[in-house]
Amino acid sequence: MENSPRKGFWEAMNSLDRRIIFLILLVCVAVPLLLNVGAPIPPTPPVQLAYDAVESLEAGDVMMVSIDFDATSAPELMPMLHSALRHAFSKDVRVVMLGHIAIGLPLGHMALEEIAAEYDKEYGVDYVDLGYRPGYIAVMIAMGRDISDIFASDYQGTPLAELPVMTGVRSYNDIELLFGFEHGAVIDYWVRYTQARFGQRMTFGTTAVMAPDAYPYLQAGQIEGLVGGLKGAAEYENLIGHLGLGTRGMPAQQWAHLLVIGFIVLGNLGYFFTRRKG
Amino acid sequence: MKRSVPLIITFLTGFFLVVAFFVPHEPFGELEQRLLVWFAIVSGFTMLLGIDNLIRSHARRIARTNTGWGHSIVLLMGLVVTVVVGVIGFSRLGSPFHIHSPFMFVYTHVIVPLQGTMFALLAFFIASASYRAFRARNTVATLLLISALIVMLGRIPIGAAISDFFPAAQEWIMDVPQLAAKRGIQIGAALGAVSMSLRIILGIERSYLS
Amino acid sequence: MGHRRLVATLVFLGVLALVGGSVAARPLEEGTSAPCACSVSANDVPDDGGGAISVSWDLATTDASPSVTRFEILRYATGEEPVSIGEVLSTNTDFQDVNADGGTIYQYIVRTHTRDGFIDSVPSDAALATAQWFAHGRAPSLIALILVCGSIIFFIIRAKGGAELFIRKIPGLDAVDDAVGRATEMGRPVLYVPGIETVSEVGTLAALTILGHVAKKVAQHGTPLLVPTADPIVMTTAQEIVKQAYAEVGQSDRFDPSSVFYLTYDQFGYTAGVDGIMVRERPEAVFLLGYFAAESLILAETAHEIGAIQISGTKETSQLPFFVAACDYTLIGEEIFAASSYLSHEPIMLGSLKGQDLIKIGIVYLIVTLVIAGSIGYAISPDGTSTLSRAVEAAALWLTGS
Repeated sequence: MENSPRKGFWEAMNSLDRRIIFLILLVCVAVPLLLNVGAPIPPTPPVQLAYDAVESLEAGDVMMVSIDFDATSAPELMPMLHSALRHAFSKDVRVVMLGHIAIGLPLGHMALEEIAAEYDKEYGVDYVDLGYRPGYIAVMIAMGRDISDIFASDYQGTPLAELPVMTGVRSYNDIELLFGFEHGAVIDYWVRYTQARFGQRMTFGTTAVMAPDAYPYLQAGQIEGLVGGLKGAAEYENLIGHLGLGTRGMPAQQWAHLLVIGFIVLGNLGYFFTRRKG
Repeated sequence: MKRSVPLIITFLTGFFLVVAFFVPHEPFGELEQRLLVWFAIVSGFTMLLGIDNLIRSHARRIARTNTGWGHSIVLLMGLVVTVVVGVIGFSRLGSPFHIHSPFMFVYTHVIVPLQGTMFALLAFFIASASYRAFRARNTVATLLLISALIVMLGRIPIGAAISDFFPAAQEWIMDVPQLAAKRGIQIGAALGAVSMSLRIILGIERSYLS
Repeated sequence: MGHRRLVATLVFLGVLALVGGSVAARPLEEGTSAPCACSVSANDVPDDGGGAISVSWDLATTDASPSVTRFEILRYATGEEPVSIGEVLSTNTDFQDVNADGGTIYQYIVRTHTRDGFIDSVPSDAALATAQWFAHGRAPSLIALILVCGSIIFFIIRAKGGAELFIRKIPGLDAVDDAVGRATEMGRPVLYVPGIETVSEVGTLAALTILGHVAKKVAQHGTPLLVPTADPIVMTTAQEIVKQAYAEVGQSDRFDPSSVFYLTYDQFGYTAGVDGIMVRERPEAVFLLGYFAAESLILAETAHEIGAIQISGTKETSQLPFFVAACDYTLIGEEIFAASSYLSHEPIMLGSLKGQDLIKIGIVYLIVTLVIAGSIGYAISPDGTSTLSRAVEAAALWLTGS
C-alpha cells in the first residue's frame, strides 16, 4: 500500500518542479492576450461611483490627475488612466497632471499627449503637466494654499501664469476633482492630508492588490469612487463606451485566476491524500 | 553628551510638531510644512551618500573580483549611461523628460520593460505559492481557502456566468469580514505606532541611536 | 492727401479697436437682466494661522439672463481703490483670499462677467484675517492624544515602580534567536531587509529598532550580516545601529561597514537586487521587516526557494496575506512595533505596551457602545429621528471632526 501508484502520483504532484507551474501560467496568460479577444464587463458599484464623479464635472471644470505609479503597475493603471482622460476630455474638462513617482510621470505624460490628440486638445490651454516635486506630503499641503508656491512652472519650465489652462486655478478650492492613479502608499497621504484637511473631492484608480486598502476610504465616504485593477479598468472602459486594453486583458486574467484556483485545489488534494496515507 | 543631544533634539522636534498640529498661530502653524521642506532637501542630499556607497561597494567588488563582479560592471555602466543621457536631454531639450530626449528612449526601452518584467514575476510567484503554501491545514485555514476561492471566482466574468452568487459573495467578503479584520489590524497598528513614537520622543526607545 | 487719409484711417481703426475691445469689459447698467453676485459675505477663515479671508456670494439670475463667464474678486482697504485679486469659474460661488494682511480690514466686491460686460456687487461687510491659537476642529484629536499618551505614560511610571507586567508570547520574535543560531551553525549569513520606505515611515523605524537586537545576536555569534537598503537615510541609520550593536557586545573590530549598503530607491530594482543577493549568498535566515508593497511575495518566495528561515513583519494589511502564506513567521501589524519592547524585556518598554492595550480596550468598548446605541435607535425609528439615533450621529460627527 505504501508504494501504491496513487500515492506516488500525489507525492510527485506535491514536489512538482515550479518551473512547470511557471510554464503553464505563461501559456494561460499569453494565449488569450495574443488572441486579442474581450467582451464588455458590467460595472460594479465602486467603478460606477468613480465614473459618476467625473460625469458630474462640467465643461471648464478642473480635474487634477496624479500619476503615483511607475512602469511596474502600468499594465493595470494605464488602461484606466486612458479611460479617465477620455472621459474628462470628452466633457471639455481641463486636466492638470502631476505625479509623486518621478520615474512614473513620463508614462502619464505620454498618455496625456496621446489622448489629448484624440480630442484635439491643446497643451497649455486644455491640459497641462506640472511635473514632479519631491516630498509628497509637503507638495500636497502646499497646494492647499497656493499651487504656484510649489509648482511655479510646468514640467518644461513655462510659468503657470502664462498657461491659460491655469486661469483661476490657485488651490484645491478651484479643483473640482482629484483622480489619482496609485500603486502604493501615496493614496493614504492624499486622503490624510488633502481630503481630511482641505475637503478635496477625490476618486482613485488602484492596482488590484492595493484596492482592498482603499475600500475603508470608500465606505467612509472619504473618496467618491474606486477603480480597482484590470477588471476595474475594463468596467470603466465599458462605461465610457470605448473598449481598450483593460477589456482585452480580462480573458488573460480570467484564465490566470482559474489556473491559480486549479493549483490551490490540486495542491490541497495532494496534501490531503499524502497526509492521510502518510 | 553624544547621546543626550540627539535625544533632546528628538524630544523638542516631536513635541513642537504635536503642538503645531493643534496651534495654527505663528510660529507653530507653518512648522510642519517647513520641516517637511527641510526633510525633502536633506533627503535629496543623502541621495549623494547612497550613490557614493553604491559606487564604492561595486568598485571594491570589481577590484577584488568577488563572485558576480561582472554584474557590478553592468550596474556601474548603467548608472553612468543613464546620467549621461539625462544630462544630454537636459542640455539639448531643456528637460530629460522631453518626449524626444535620449533619456526618454532609455526610459521607454529599458527601464519600463525591466520594471514590468520584475513585477510580472509576481504572477509566477503567486502561482507557485498558491500551489505549495495555501493548504487547508485546519478549520481556520479552510475558511480562508474557501473565501479566497469565492473572491477569485467573483472577480472574473466566468464567476458571474456560473452563478450570481460569486460576484455578490465576493462584494460581501470584501465589504464586511475583510474590512473588519483590516480595521482591527489598522487600529492596533496605529496605536502601536503612537506608542513607539512616544517612546522615541520621550527617549525611552533608543535602539535606533548609535 | 494720401498721407492724411492714411492717418485718418488709422485713427478711425484705433477708435474702432478701442470701442470694440471694451465691449467685453463694459460695465452694465443696474436693473438690466444681467446676472449679478449678491449677498457677498467675507469672513475670517477659522482655525488657521491668519492671512486668509473666505469670500462667498449668491448668484441672482433670471431666465432671461445671459450666462456668467467668470467671477472676478476685487479687494480694498478703507480709503483705497478696489484691486482685482483673482478670478474663479462661473460654477464657483466662493473664493479664498490667502494674501490678506493680518492688521488690515478689507471689503470685497465680486464682479460678475458675462459676454455682454460685467456688473459689480455691493461691497461685502468688513473682514479682518486673524490667527487662532487653537484649531477647534481638532479638539477630538487632542482628547484622544491626551488619553493615549496619558495611558502609556501611566503604565511606564507603574513599570518603573516595579509592577509585574505580563506580555503574551510572540512566536515570530522568539524565533529570532533560533534563526540567527541556525545561520551560525550552517556558517551562512543573515539577510536583513528593512523594507522599501524611508525613515519617515513608522514601519521602517520599527524595522530599524529590531535590527539593533538582531545585530547584537549576530555580533555575539560572529555570523555575517547583510543589510541592503532602498534609502540612503535608512542606510546611514542602519550602519550606525549595527556599528553600535557590535560595540555593545565588545566586537567592534568585527564590524564590516560594507555589510550595510545602498542598492536603489526603485522598488523593483531593489527587489531584483535583494533576490540576486539571496541566490548568490544563500543566507540561512532572512528578515523581511518594515514597509513592503507588491515585492513582498517575490522576496518571500525567493527566500523559501533557497531554503532560508523567513521572519517577516509589516503593518501593511495588503501584504500580510502574502507573508503569512509564504513565510515561517510573520509579525502582524502592531507586533512589529512591540518587537523592540518584547526583545529588550525592559519593564519601561513593556509598560508602554500595556498602556496602548488599555486604549485598545477603550476603543472596543466605544465601538460596541455606539453600535448597540445606533442599532437600538434604528429599531425605535428607522428614519433616524429618534433622540438616540441623533445622539449617535452627533457623536460620530464630532469624533470624525466633521
